Amino acid sequence: MIGIVNYGAGNIFSLTAALERQNIAYGMVNTEADLEKYSHIIIPGVGHAGAAMKKLEQTGLVDAIKALKKPVLGICVGMQLITKHSEEGDANLLNIIPLNTKLFNKDLGIKIPHMGWNNVDFKNNPLFQTVPFDTQFYFVHSYFIEYNPTFDIASVNYGNKFSAAIQKDNFYGVQFHPEKSGEAGERLLKNFSNLSL
Amino acid sequence: MLSKRIIPCLDVKDGRTVKGINFVDLRDAGDPVELAAQYAQQGADELVFLDITATHERRKTMIEMVKSVARQLNIPFTIGGGISEIADAEALLNAGADKISINSAAVKNPKLIEDLAKNFGVQFVVLAVDTKHIDGKNIVHLNGGRLITELETEAWIKRAEDLGAGEILLTSMDHDGTKAGFDCNLLGKINKMINIPIIASGGAGKTEHFTEVFQKARVDAALAASVFHYGEILIPDLKQELRRNGIPVRI
Repeated sequence: MIGIVNYGAGNIFSLTAALERQNIAYGMVNTEADLEKYSHIIIPGVGHAGAAMKKLEQTGLVDAIKALKKPVLGICVGMQLITKHSEEGDANLLNIIPLNTKLFNKDLGIKIPHMGWNNVDFKNNPLFQTVPFDTQFYFVHSYFIEYNPTFDIASVNYGNKFSAAIQKDNFYGVQFHPEKSGEAGERLLKNFSNLSL
Repeated sequence: MLSKRIIPCLDVKDGRTVKGINFVDLRDAGDPVELAAQYAQQGADELVFLDITATHERRKTMIEMVKSVARQLNIPFTIGGGISEIADAEALLNAGADKISINSAAVKNPKLIEDLAKNFGVQFVVLAVDTKHIDGKNIVHLNGGRLITELETEAWIKRAEDLGAGEILLTSMDHDGTKAGFDCNLLGKINKMINIPIIASGGAGKTEHFTEVFQKARVDAALAASVFHYGEILIPDLKQELRRNGIPVRI
């Protein structure tokens, strides 16, 4: 059963709706004790990374999340939170994965936010099992996670190459919104719910 | 590569989808939730719901409808119509809307754009602009084209971008309902001015119009209503045609 970290950063309704469509059971994580109740944890998030980090700190869950040994999936800003630092609000984040979250450079001739469906080049990883090669996922973000081959499990090009998905041990993050990415996104959520370590 | 988006727009009145010819003579084209699911199935990239009665009948939100849509739909959607306060926007966000579109309320209170962007992020804030060509100028109109303002379209859009709008939905009132094609000149001009995505709206009648607006105006997305609702253009056919013309689309 999936526990969703409920720290007040964004649109949980769409995520829970997507889980329900996939018949994946879920509940909310409000306290440290709640983390014990679930086999898998999702950190959702939209909006401002710095503000989201402050909200997460207010829940008192930071240390417990960092110590988790079960599969954890950060989505969008939830993924950025597991990196070290974001240029958005010059914020220090959880530093579970030592990567930087950076602002897109508009001098590259790109529109910001990166909004819409883009092709994701993913590696052989259980998160993407049975997802067709070069599938598009739905992105909407102004900050991106730098590409680093050590932690990258899926990359995408927009102005420059960056990470669409990252992994370190039991911690996973996806920049796109699986709950809004059609059947492929629902498949990814299902795959996450089936991950065993 | 980032795909160009195809966006069916569902004008909603009293929980039913309608589409006006030049915003008059409304016709009934079905149940919004059912239509939404059908569009997602066909390959629509996202959807826009506009409550066209909202402004003058003071219908604020469609929370229940938004929840029903969010439960069924696995693609993003935007809600517009009658959103004038942070609280309206927050209720829609919590009901599952990915973006909100504001129009009149932003003209009356431009700070609303800034406040929404600060609270929910720029990606949540779509500025809808209805524009009409008058005496050589492009002038912003409100209330579905019924009310003229003193704002020039170009200046207003530039200001909205500075305030924190994350996307522009530009509807040419001169082209809307004519099925004679998008206003590629104006769209191309605005697109060059700004660094946020722009959705073209108003005038779609045939497949070639979409090809034209992506090639000439280089917009990020194109929106239409009646051609999709009445099955005059099928989204899978449209996307095949766009791909044949070298335009990146999601199939």
